[in-house]
Amino acid sequence: MADSANAPKPSSSVKLVLLGEAAVGKSSLVLRFVNNDFQENKEPTIGAAFLTQKCNLPTRTIKFEIWDTAGQERFASLAPMYYRNAQAALVVYDLTKPTSLVKAKHWVAELQRQASPGIVIALVGNKLDLTNDGAGSGAAESGDDSGDARKITTEEAKTYAEEEGLLFFETSAKTGYNVTEVFTAIANAIPETSLKSARGPGASHAAGRTEEQRVNLNGPRDPNAKEGCAC
Amino acid sequence: MDEIAKEYDVIVLGTGLTECILSGVLSVKGKKVLHIDRNDHYGGEAASVNLEALFKKYGNYAKGTEPWKQYGRVNDWNIDLVPKFLMSSGELTNILVSTDVTRYLEFKQVAGSYVQQGSGSRATVAKVPSDAAEALRSPLMGIFEKRRMKNFIEWVGSFDRKDSATHKGLDINNCTMKEVYDKFGLEATTKDFIGHAMALYHDDSYLEAKGGAPEAIERIRLYGNSVARYGKSPYIYPLYGLGELPQGFARLSAIYGGTYMLNTNVDELIYEGGKAVGIKATMTGIEPEMKFETRAKMILGDPSYFPGKVKVTGHVLRAICILKHPLASTNDSDSCQLIIPQSQVGRKNDIYIACVSAAHNVCPKGYWIAIVSTIAETSANHHLELAPGLERLGRIEEQFMGSPIPLYEPLEDGTNDNIFISKSYDASSHFESTTDNVRDIYRRCAAEELVVEGLREGIQVAEE
Repeated sequence: MADSANAPKPSSSVKLVLLGEAAVGKSSLVLRFVNNDFQENKEPTIGAAFLTQKCNLPTRTIKFEIWDTAGQERFASLAPMYYRNAQAALVVYDLTKPTSLVKAKHWVAELQRQASPGIVIALVGNKLDLTNDGAGSGAAESGDDSGDARKITTEEAKTYAEEEGLLFFETSAKTGYNVTEVFTAIANAIPETSLKSARGPGASHAAGRTEEQRVNLNGPRDPNAKEGCAC
Repeated sequence: MDEIAKEYDVIVLGTGLTECILSGVLSVKGKKVLHIDRNDHYGGEAASVNLEALFKKYGNYAKGTEPWKQYGRVNDWNIDLVPKFLMSSGELTNILVSTDVTRYLEFKQVAGSYVQQGSGSRATVAKVPSDAAEALRSPLMGIFEKRRMKNFIEWVGSFDRKDSATHKGLDINNCTMKEVYDKFGLEATTKDFIGHAMALYHDDSYLEAKGGAPEAIERIRLYGNSVARYGKSPYIYPLYGLGELPQGFARLSAIYGGTYMLNTNVDELIYEGGKAVGIKATMTGIEPEMKFETRAKMILGDPSYFPGKVKVTGHVLRAICILKHPLASTNDSDSCQLIIPQSQVGRKNDIYIACVSAAHNVCPKGYWIAIVSTIAETSANHHLELAPGLERLGRIEEQFMGSPIPLYEPLEDGTNDNIFISKSYDASSHFESTTDNVRDIYRRCAAEELVVEGLREGIQVAEE
């Protein structure tokens, strides 16, 4: 996604959270987006604090901080911290598995209840490679014959997404089809105003006056500090 | 719903900060952890709750009324049940940085650290001087005492336990802190704020402890170093309240494969040959409820999960107060700690006031949350015990004060039954005793010292 030698564009960090039933391909979508890679039979997510990836738009650069659920959604034990100040959410379902769309709708409701009001939500039906319209191969739409594992029609999910005001895509993390498009669409949909502050809209009311008192714990420690009082 | 494994390395009960740090660290070290809480939220006793939840917890409202509605959106409130601050050069900060949990949290300075001298109408509240220059400006001392304090504080800065030339002729490893103070000719009131507002002792027993001087000096240095790190006070505080801390460490654990289950009651501990080997539990809040049984090599948890294995060591008194103004004499601080040393108000234990506000995203603009606490010294009149602290608050919009809160400690160290129990959060104003407890439990259950430095080396994060 490297951009040629342009003048530096304004750059903002955006917290993006992933939600969806287990094994619908949340991490695979991110892996495809961040590393342009795919692993068959990937183990459940482990060991990634969060991943970051830049998305270059014509007028600005968005740096996604992508938070994985780390499995805490499995027993309905996601912490409020997860939703806190998220400016974007990717709600993923498996379009070969009807229960996963039910679960996705549950997550959308949960986001509307818990997340910042201005959050951009994208509903993503993954595993398009398992259907007849398979991953951009251009196969015909009419597919009730043998090879098609699709259980959720594009129409059904799209109608729901429109009702709730969600972005909507069908993707294949396996082939990479539509993956970058999802993130670019999210980047474009994030209102310019909510990018002004360092972190999401939740913090914006406190920006300015309070910003100066934020402390960076990872900053270098005062080298004298270990020697004794700085008296 | 996923399956629960038949066996884990560790089962952790309760999602308080102590438990969450331990499961985070154990998970990073490759242990397979199952972490359970009976509540529907993280944090246990040390959670931060919204205003509606606080009213309901204390029950101080008439049936059918909703008094929280006059205070803005309930979810704009994150009220700590246990008030504490982090020392910016303290051990919890060190653990947060070493584990990279700082990535999930944002911190701000606490604007001021104050101490009270005298009592009643003659009380003076002033900033705790942290360096020589502040000592010379401080209204807490007279002109000659200021110079003595300046000498003392400079000496603390240059003190080296190994270099007897810096010991002022004292037998530093065997003398008492009182002897050190006396060497500098410090007055009783000065000793009081040094010992209680800088060294952060809760009572005066440290004064006469033989060989206690180096520890006291170390505590004063920790205070000085913590102030020096960011400037205003030695304390920092996470945006959205202390409840974010256990959530951050729970996330660390989850990222390393820890399994989290809220809303889950432990029905029974399973023993074999006197040792705990597993649990029977029920996850509620789902239809149908899920009963399960699983095993583990050891069980960790907070005292509330092991009522027969803990003893009460004291009681904390605590009043959570909602204000519409900052504390008087604190320079209109958006946040502060005010310590009232015990001897100033005729007590044996200090009174602490921790005050935070909208600047920390814990309440709507225009409000302050002040929590007054102390160790109970009587079995009645608890309100009177807190009175010197409550007097400092001015007009109080709402006050939440329940019965005295028992402090628990485990009866055994866990080596007999494989059950390792944490202590309750004490009345102290910071987390140093909490991290001591974490280290102690880790030492007992893992049979090695906890070294957090370098822990994040293995943590996989994307390039910046």
